[in-house]
Amino acid sequence: MMDVKRRYVIPGDVIASGPLRPEQNVYQEGDRIISTCVGISEIFENAVRVIPLTGVYVPKTNDLVIGKVVGTSPLSWEFDINSCFIGFLPAQDVFGRDYSPTKDELKQRLNIGDLVAARVANFDRSRDPLLTVQDRDLGKIDSGELIEISPSKVPRLIGKRGSMIQTIEMATKAMITIGQNGWIVVSCENSEGLLKAIEAVKMVDALAHTPNLTERVKSMLGVPEGENNDTIND
Amino acid sequence: MKIMTQLMTEDGIRCDGRRVDQLRNISIKVGVLKNADGSAYIEFGKNKILAGVFGPRDVHPKHMANQDTGILRCRYHMSPFSVTERKNPAPSRREIEISKVLKEALQPALILKDFPRTVIDVFVEVLQADGGSRCAALDAAAVALADAGIPMRDLVSACAAGKVADRIVLDVNNEEDQEGQADMPVAIMPNVGKVTLMQLDGILTTEEYKTCLQTAIGGCRTVYEIQRKALVEKYFESGDK
Repeated sequence: MMDVKRRYVIPGDVIASGPLRPEQNVYQEGDRIISTCVGISEIFENAVRVIPLTGVYVPKTNDLVIGKVVGTSPLSWEFDINSCFIGFLPAQDVFGRDYSPTKDELKQRLNIGDLVAARVANFDRSRDPLLTVQDRDLGKIDSGELIEISPSKVPRLIGKRGSMIQTIEMATKAMITIGQNGWIVVSCENSEGLLKAIEAVKMVDALAHTPNLTERVKSMLGVPEGENNDTIND
Repeated sequence: MKIMTQLMTEDGIRCDGRRVDQLRNISIKVGVLKNADGSAYIEFGKNKILAGVFGPRDVHPKHMANQDTGILRCRYHMSPFSVTERKNPAPSRREIEISKVLKEALQPALILKDFPRTVIDVFVEVLQADGGSRCAALDAAAVALADAGIPMRDLVSACAAGKVADRIVLDVNNEEDQEGQADMPVAIMPNVGKVTLMQLDGILTTEEYKTCLQTAIGGCRTVYEIQRKALVEKYFESGDK
């Protein structure tokens, strides 16, 4: 943690020059490394990257996303995954290998408007993202409240090693499913906990760039000081 | 020829009280439209311009989509009440030209390869016009694009220079544009050091051309600082709200 250099940058800012490796949201010109978005730059172990503060969700393989069914084709469902690309869930993924478009009706399993937790199985620039529900905890979401936050703030909501989300879940006894695309489903058995959890998620979205956020969320939720000490303030 | 308003006094003060190398007052606000992905509002002297960015999103009509890269669409529009005589809201020849010019000035700054099959729409609405609106529009659009989080090589900063009463002046206003001798809008990418827009309306000698271009680039750099301040204000200085 010691040698991470952080700085606020806007597009076009030269972050560093020299033999460094450009990673996310930067590009190299000559030996200069330049930011491509508004965010916080990080130089860590010779790698330079920028954590964006704004922008749309770009799918990555293995991301957990929450999608809404917007349409069906004979062999697949189409999902709105809060991105500029439409997610595809092949029918075989749900019905199994012996799926036949003449026999099975897609809408019996997932109808338009249903929310689904899915994983991005494959995505590259030549094709739209392919989703899968073949894993534990994936599939149709039956209950809960959907909240939309900015996708660039999802890492903050999770926190270092999940500290933020654990704090919220423990304090409110709510179940929170976070999609990397900025869609979040909160479910809780008692309504008070649900409202508290929603408020906490919205607070993280609004104050994501401020320091000591975990402490602030704790005090908002009324968690006594000193609990869950493994949080890191930055 | 009709008698012109005096554009410049003998000691080099212009019709609106500025010196030859002085910009008008500029203020930029970021994120003014809730429904747009990115937006900006600029006041450039008496120009008042709103820019909204939508996207990257699905391309409609579909045949415009490019499999290899995203595309950029720009619409520059003047409100009917933006000028003294009501302007017909239908896109005029001039607006179509400026839309094209804005698109071509912004495109080199954007990294559209990351978003194949999508479109980024930039809408620019001139609420009040006072000369040099294409430069002001470009400044607002660049900030709005950064606000939308579109990957960019650099911001685009624009400013005009021109020739008025035989002298090279920075940031030509409406009167000077109508009655002056030359008008040269210039847009640059300040960190990359490249020019993305250069138009010239009027006649300049080679020497004058060089000074004019340098004056305009100097103005662009001042504008860049204001753009930068506006973005920093929105993203990094609202810590305690």
